[in-house]
Amino acid sequence: MSNVIRMILVRISLGIGLLFIVSLVIFSATELLPGDLATQLLGQSATPETVAALRAQLGLNDPAPLRYWNWLTGALTGDFGIALSNGRPISDLIGTRLGNTVFLALYAAALSVPISLVLGILAALWRNSFFDRIANAGALTAISFPEFFVAYILVLWLAQTGIFPSMVRINPTTDFGDRLYMTFLPALTLTLVVTAHMMRMTRAAIINLMASPYIEMARLKGLSPLRIVLRHALPNALAPIINVIALNLAYLITGVVVVEVVFVYPGLGQLMVDAVSNRDIAVVQAVALIFAAAYVALNLIADVLSTITNPRLMHRR
Amino acid sequence: MTRDVLLKIEGLRIEGRSGDTWTEIVKGIDLTLHKGEVLGLIGESGAGKSTVGLAAMGFARDGCRITGGTIDFDGLDLRRSSEGALRDLRGARIAYVAQSAAASFNPAHKLIDQYCEAPVTHGVMPREEAEKDAIDLYRRMQLPDPDGIGFRYPHQVSGGQLQRAMTAMAMSCRPDLIIFDEPTTALDVTTQIEVLAAIRDIVRQFDTAAIYITHDLAVVAQAADRIKVLLRGEEVEEAETRAMLDAPREAYTKSLWAVRTFARPEQPAATGKPILSVSNVTAAYGTVNVLEDVSFDIHAGRTVAVVGESGSGKSTAARVITGLLPPKKGQVLFQGESLPPALKGRTRDQLRQVQMIYQMADTALNPKLRLRELIGRPAQMYLGLRGKALETRVRDLLDLIELDPDTYIDRLPGELSGGQKQRIGIARALAAEPKLIICDEVTSALDQIVQEGILKLLTRLQTEFGLAYMFITHDLATVRAIADDVVVMQQGRVIEKGTKIEMFAPPHEPYTELLLSSVPEMDPDWLTRLLARRAAPITHGAD
Repeated sequence: MSNVIRMILVRISLGIGLLFIVSLVIFSATELLPGDLATQLLGQSATPETVAALRAQLGLNDPAPLRYWNWLTGALTGDFGIALSNGRPISDLIGTRLGNTVFLALYAAALSVPISLVLGILAALWRNSFFDRIANAGALTAISFPEFFVAYILVLWLAQTGIFPSMVRINPTTDFGDRLYMTFLPALTLTLVVTAHMMRMTRAAIINLMASPYIEMARLKGLSPLRIVLRHALPNALAPIINVIALNLAYLITGVVVVEVVFVYPGLGQLMVDAVSNRDIAVVQAVALIFAAAYVALNLIADVLSTITNPRLMHRR
Repeated sequence: MTRDVLLKIEGLRIEGRSGDTWTEIVKGIDLTLHKGEVLGLIGESGAGKSTVGLAAMGFARDGCRITGGTIDFDGLDLRRSSEGALRDLRGARIAYVAQSAAASFNPAHKLIDQYCEAPVTHGVMPREEAEKDAIDLYRRMQLPDPDGIGFRYPHQVSGGQLQRAMTAMAMSCRPDLIIFDEPTTALDVTTQIEVLAAIRDIVRQFDTAAIYITHDLAVVAQAADRIKVLLRGEEVEEAETRAMLDAPREAYTKSLWAVRTFARPEQPAATGKPILSVSNVTAAYGTVNVLEDVSFDIHAGRTVAVVGESGSGKSTAARVITGLLPPKKGQVLFQGESLPPALKGRTRDQLRQVQMIYQMADTALNPKLRLRELIGRPAQMYLGLRGKALETRVRDLLDLIELDPDTYIDRLPGELSGGQKQRIGIARALAAEPKLIICDEVTSALDQIVQEGILKLLTRLQTEFGLAYMFITHDLATVRAIADDVVVMQQGRVIEKGTKIEMFAPPHEPYTELLLSSVPEMDPDWLTRLLARRAAPITHGAD
C-alpha cells in the first residue's frame, strides 16, 4: 500500500512541476505578443503621460522575471489580478464561469461515460453483429460532424419544437433541476461528440483481450458470455478505458468553446475567446493556466486509477 | 476389467481457417475413453492433439470448426447440444487444464475467486463451502501454505504452483473428465516432477478420467493407461502404455524414440588454451546479483553445455560474454586477451568472433527482410562483401544449412517452417565467420524430430569449421547428445563443471543429482520408483 501512496505523491509532484513549466510557457508566450497593454487599454488618443502612469500602476515597467513571480504567487493564492478590459478582479470573473464549465462537463460526462461503456461492452459482446455495426456507424457519424452542426441539428429538432431551450440562461441562483433542464442540449451535443471515442476504445480494449488464454479458460469453465466480458475481460481492460475517459473529460472542460457559443452558455471557453479578442492578456493567462491544471489533474487521476485497478502493481510479489 | 464408456468420439473432422481457405487439421479421429481411465494423446505441434482435446468438450477455437463425426459424452451428443447445455457441462463435468497456467489464470482476480467461480456458477456448492473445498484441494495438491495461497494473485505464485492450483481448480466440481493440455511443458524439469506426481495422485484419488496431451512420451508414460499417437491430424497407432513403450508398431512412433538416441561421437579431452574464458564474473540487474563469481572456459572445436533451471543465470552469462551486460566484477577473456566489458568498447572484429543463435527464431528474424538480406547483412558488415561476392557467400551459406539457394534466397521468414527459421538463425551466425557461437535454448521451441536435424547440423558445422559452442539449455537429453563439457548453474552460481563423461557419472553434487534424476525416463514405473527413492532417505530436503 505504501508503494501506491509513494507513487501518488511522486505523480503529484511531477504534475506540479509540469504546471510550473506550463505557467512559464504561458507567461513567455503572452510576453512575445506585440503591442503595449497600456496603449491598448487607453486607446490611440491617450497622452504619453497617462500611458506612463498606467504602466507604472500595472507594474509593466518591472523586469519580466519579477512580473512572472508576482503573477505566479498571485495565481497560487487565487488572485489572478485585475481584468484589463473592465477592471474587475479576474477571480470573480472566472469563479462562476468555472463552476458553469465544470457543471456542463460533469453533466456531459454523466451521460456519455455510462452510455459509451455500455455500448462498448455490448458491441464487444456481440462483435460483428448487427448491433455492433449500428453502434459503430452511429458513433462514427456523430463524431464526424462538426460540433456546431450537431448543435444546430439538435436545436432544430429539440428546441424549435419547444421541448428544450436553445439558449442557456442560468445564474448562480438557478436551482439544480432547472439547470439540468436548461443545459440539456449543450450536454447532449457534447455527449454525441465524445461518446464515439470512449465507446470504440472500450470495445477495442475488450476485444483485444478476448483472444487471451484466460478468456478461453473462462469459456471452458462454462461461464456465460456476459460474465466473461464483465468479470474476465473488463477488469483487465480498465487502464486504456480510464485513460481515454480522462482525455475526453479534459476535452469537455477545455475544448467546448464552439458549443458554448452556440448555446450562449456562460462558461470559461467563451471568456477565453472574448479575452483574446479584447487583448485582455491577464484573463487569457489565468484561463490557460486553469485549463492546463485540469489536463494535468485529470491525467494524474487516470494514472492513479489505472494503477490501483491493476493487481500486479498493487500487490507486489 | 472393462468399465463404462464415458467419452466416445467417432470420425471426428475439424477444419482450421487460414485466410479465406479452410483446411482439414483433424482428419477422422476415433477415441474411446472409459470412466476413470487416463488416455495419453501424443504428437508433434500441428498434430491436432489440442484441437481433439478441446473437441471432447464440444469446443472449437476461433478459426476452427468441427465438420464431421460424433462426440458422445455419457449419452450426450455434444455436436447437437445447445451452447447453454454445453456451458452446463463445461467446468462442471468436463474440465480443462491449460499449458501455461500463468497465462490462463486471470491476472485481475485472486486464485480462490477463480476456483470458486465454476462451483458457484454451476450450483454445485455455495461460496463458503467452495472456499473450504479449495483449501482442502490445495493441500492435497501439496501447495505450500494451502490456507493462504488462494488469497494471492496469479503473479504472486510460481509457475509450478500455478499449474497445481489450476489442476485443483479443474477438480472443483469433481468432473468426470479432465483435459490436460501440455500441463508440464512450460515447467522446469524438477518442477515438472512435482506437478506430474500431484496430477497423477489427484486423478487417482477421485477416479477421474483424463486426456493427457503432450509431445513428451516419457512424461505421458508416467500418467497414462493408454497412449494414442497422432500425426498431422491422423491416428498413427494406439496401445496400452506398456505395450506401446515395449514394442511400438509404426515407423513414426519408433522415430519418436530415435531422437533420444542421437549422440555426437566423443571427442578427446580439451588441450591448449581456451578460446574464451569467463573469469570470476559477478553481474547484476539493478542491485540484485544474478551472477555470482562465475568462471568457466570454452575450447575451440568443443561444445560447452550450460545447464540450469529458469532463473539460474544461464542467459545472463551469455549477455555478459556478448557485452550486452557489463559485469560488476571479473572479466571475459577471448584468446587470452581481456574483452572490453561493454558492447560499445569492443572492436568490430571482437564482435564478429562471438555470434548468437536465439531460442525463438520467430522473433529473432526481421519478418520484413528476405533471407538474402538476413544472411547477407553480417557478411557485408563484418567482412565487407559486396555484390557478386556477397551473393555467392549467401548461397554457400544456404547450401551449408541444407536449404536450396534457388528456392529460398528471396523468401521471407514468414514463408518458412520453425526448423527452417532456426537454420536461418544458424546461417546468420555463420556469416560472420565467428570462433564461438552462443546457442540460447535453440532447440527448445522445436519438435523432437526437427530438434534432431538442428543438432546434427550444428555438429557437422562444428567439425567442418572447428567452431566452439556455448549451448544454453535446460534439456538434459540435448546435453547428453552433443556436449563435450558441462557447466551446471543454480541461482547465479556454477554448481559443478567438468567433461560430460565426468558429469554423467556419479558421484554428483546434490543439485546435479536432482536435475539428472528428474529427467523422465521411458518407463511407466519411473516416477513411482523415483518418488519412493526420494522419500526414503532422511536427507531429503524440504522442497
